Amino acid sequence: MSSETKSELPLYEVFIRSKNGLDHKHVGSLHAADAEMALTNARDVYTRRGEGVSIWVVKSTDIVASSPEDRGSFYEPSDDKLYRHPTFFKLPDEVGHM
Amino acid sequence: MTDQKMHFDYLLRLGDNSLILGQRLAEWCGHAPMLEEDLALTNIGLDLLGQARMLLAYAGEVEGKGRDEDRLAFHRDTMAWRNLLLLEQPNGDFAHTMARQLFFDAFQYQQFAGLCSSSDERLAGIAAKSLKEITYHRRHSTDWVIRLGDGTEESHERMQRAVDSLWGYVPEMFDMDAVDDAMVAAGIGVDVAALRGEWDRYIDEVFAEATLSRPEDSWSVRGSREGKHSEHLGYLLAEMQFLPRAYPDAKW
Amino acid sequence: MDAINKEPEALEAAFQAKVDAEQRIEPKDWMPEKYRQTLIRQMSQHAHSEVVGMLPEGNWLTRAPSLKRKAILMAKIQDEGGHGLYLYSAAETLGISRDEMFEQLHSGKAKYSTIFNYPTLSWADIGAIGWLVDGAAIVNQIALCRCSYGPYARAMIRICKEESFHQRQGYEIMMTMAQGTKEQREMAQDALNRWWWPTLMMFGPHDRESAHSGQSMKWKIKRQSNDDLRQKFIDATVPQAEFLGLRIPDDKLKWNEERGHYDFGEIDWEEFRSVVNGNGLCNRERLQARVDAHDGGRWVREAALAHAAKKEARKVEAA
Repeated sequence: MSSETKSELPLYEVFIRSKNGLDHKHVGSLHAADAEMALTNARDVYTRRGEGVSIWVVKSTDIVASSPEDRGSFYEPSDDKLYRHPTFFKLPDEVGHM
Repeated sequence: MTDQKMHFDYLLRLGDNSLILGQRLAEWCGHAPMLEEDLALTNIGLDLLGQARMLLAYAGEVEGKGRDEDRLAFHRDTMAWRNLLLLEQPNGDFAHTMARQLFFDAFQYQQFAGLCSSSDERLAGIAAKSLKEITYHRRHSTDWVIRLGDGTEESHERMQRAVDSLWGYVPEMFDMDAVDDAMVAAGIGVDVAALRGEWDRYIDEVFAEATLSRPEDSWSVRGSREGKHSEHLGYLLAEMQFLPRAYPDAKW
Repeated sequence: MDAINKEPEALEAAFQAKVDAEQRIEPKDWMPEKYRQTLIRQMSQHAHSEVVGMLPEGNWLTRAPSLKRKAILMAKIQDEGGHGLYLYSAAETLGISRDEMFEQLHSGKAKYSTIFNYPTLSWADIGAIGWLVDGAAIVNQIALCRCSYGPYARAMIRICKEESFHQRQGYEIMMTMAQGTKEQREMAQDALNRWWWPTLMMFGPHDRESAHSGQSMKWKIKRQSNDDLRQKFIDATVPQAEFLGLRIPDDKLKWNEERGHYDFGEIDWEEFRSVVNGNGLCNRERLQARVDAHDGGRWVREAALAHAAKKEARKVEAA
């Protein structure tokens, strides 16, 4: 098993821009020995039906992620700051669209 | 040979190349060294199959005897096939498949780049579409030959062995015969003999990066332009053509 | 939610509440260990089935009867490989590697759908697999698009989108053959005879005998019961067979006005168990083909890694 695990190629996460004007979106992962291989593999695996115009690949281990335990301290503090949303402000109809 | 017959023969050579190599790649399906590579090989196979269909359909029209792509693919015997000997060689190991692929991809890239400006507009259109595919194929096989050549001791050995065992099929790609000459004269075809220098430069660069040594030009096999093939082709055809031959009245 | 300070019971209750509220569970969320294990088992089995499933169809790829059929079949088998890959990728978010999953497959610890232990004997089998086997798979997979585990549900959505052409291509093959020569009609009927019952077995044992069903339904890993899905498949498929003019090999098959469903005969579970236990015509070949591909490809993967390391080292040296 140890020799087996040793020869496993690293995991890469794949992000695809489906057309210009849109953000890259995470679509899945794949295994590759290096970045070039990850890129060509991503092309073969994730864009078989013309799904993309641009691909990003990132080694999975290079991604820094927040953890679910951070959810409270990360996101809840913004819950009470409704003034960040335009709907917080009531304007008379006469003002028109703003 | 009439001009029309030569035009037909020329298109047949191009179409047969793509079909036979596509058929060989189909044999890998489900058996590749990694899942990602299964998808890559079938992508390349699909491209080749697509090229073959366009070229054979066109060849059939030029011939004018009512043979369509399937008639040409499934009802010709060994000696009527015009694919390069290199392409009918068995897959062997992955290094072998990649060496075959690199040799052909590098050749086909130049050949189709030339065909893009063919006076035969339909052929030029097919070539332009295919060239994008071939550009990717060449990148894929180049990457692998470098990886395997400059990988482990075992992979290096296998890669060198593959290159050595296929080297003798290289010269045939650059042969010119009466059909080629006539097609070049008509502005339809490409002077493949003139492509060898560039091919050598490209391959030498790949070899250098892959730490592979270029084999001696000690042997060469040729004959496909006259329908002389290795024994491998007969078995490939027997398998590929079985159904339409066994049930000639059936439509599928 | 603060996982660190909570008791297991409280965590589990919160987890279940989330599932009940149709919220998706994501990789780093807390989940019961058995939920994780069940998912790994189910997803890897699903992935293995896709990949092993490439083989019976690959068996006819080099013999497809027209260039168009060859291209379509190649694209379809390629999709199966892609689907296997999506599923392995989704399973890897649960902390198991693809190689570990392969090992479980190769050692016989993990299963794949037993339908792929049957041989493809004629071209009509390619039609039957697309029409019936993929048809059954789609019924299963649509239900799984709402699975509680986010990565699995997303993979299923992607798969369902791509898979829609698979069943159609199979049915088209059957249609062409059913309207073809006498020999072709015989091949088509024979294929239906051989694939019908194994396809019904794909939905798994009856609900009353299904070991994992209850918990999986509660966790929304499974969204509909085996028997419900099987019935749905039969109801959809019988009219399709009638249109082809082919006979489904079940004397008890009959429309039940009162239930609004077809009644059908009992599945031969003895045969099912027997094939699962190694007595199918292709069990050994299928597994061996996968082992050979993986073991035979090790030197290639090692070379790719070695080359990447060399390149990296050269880059460092140059810097």
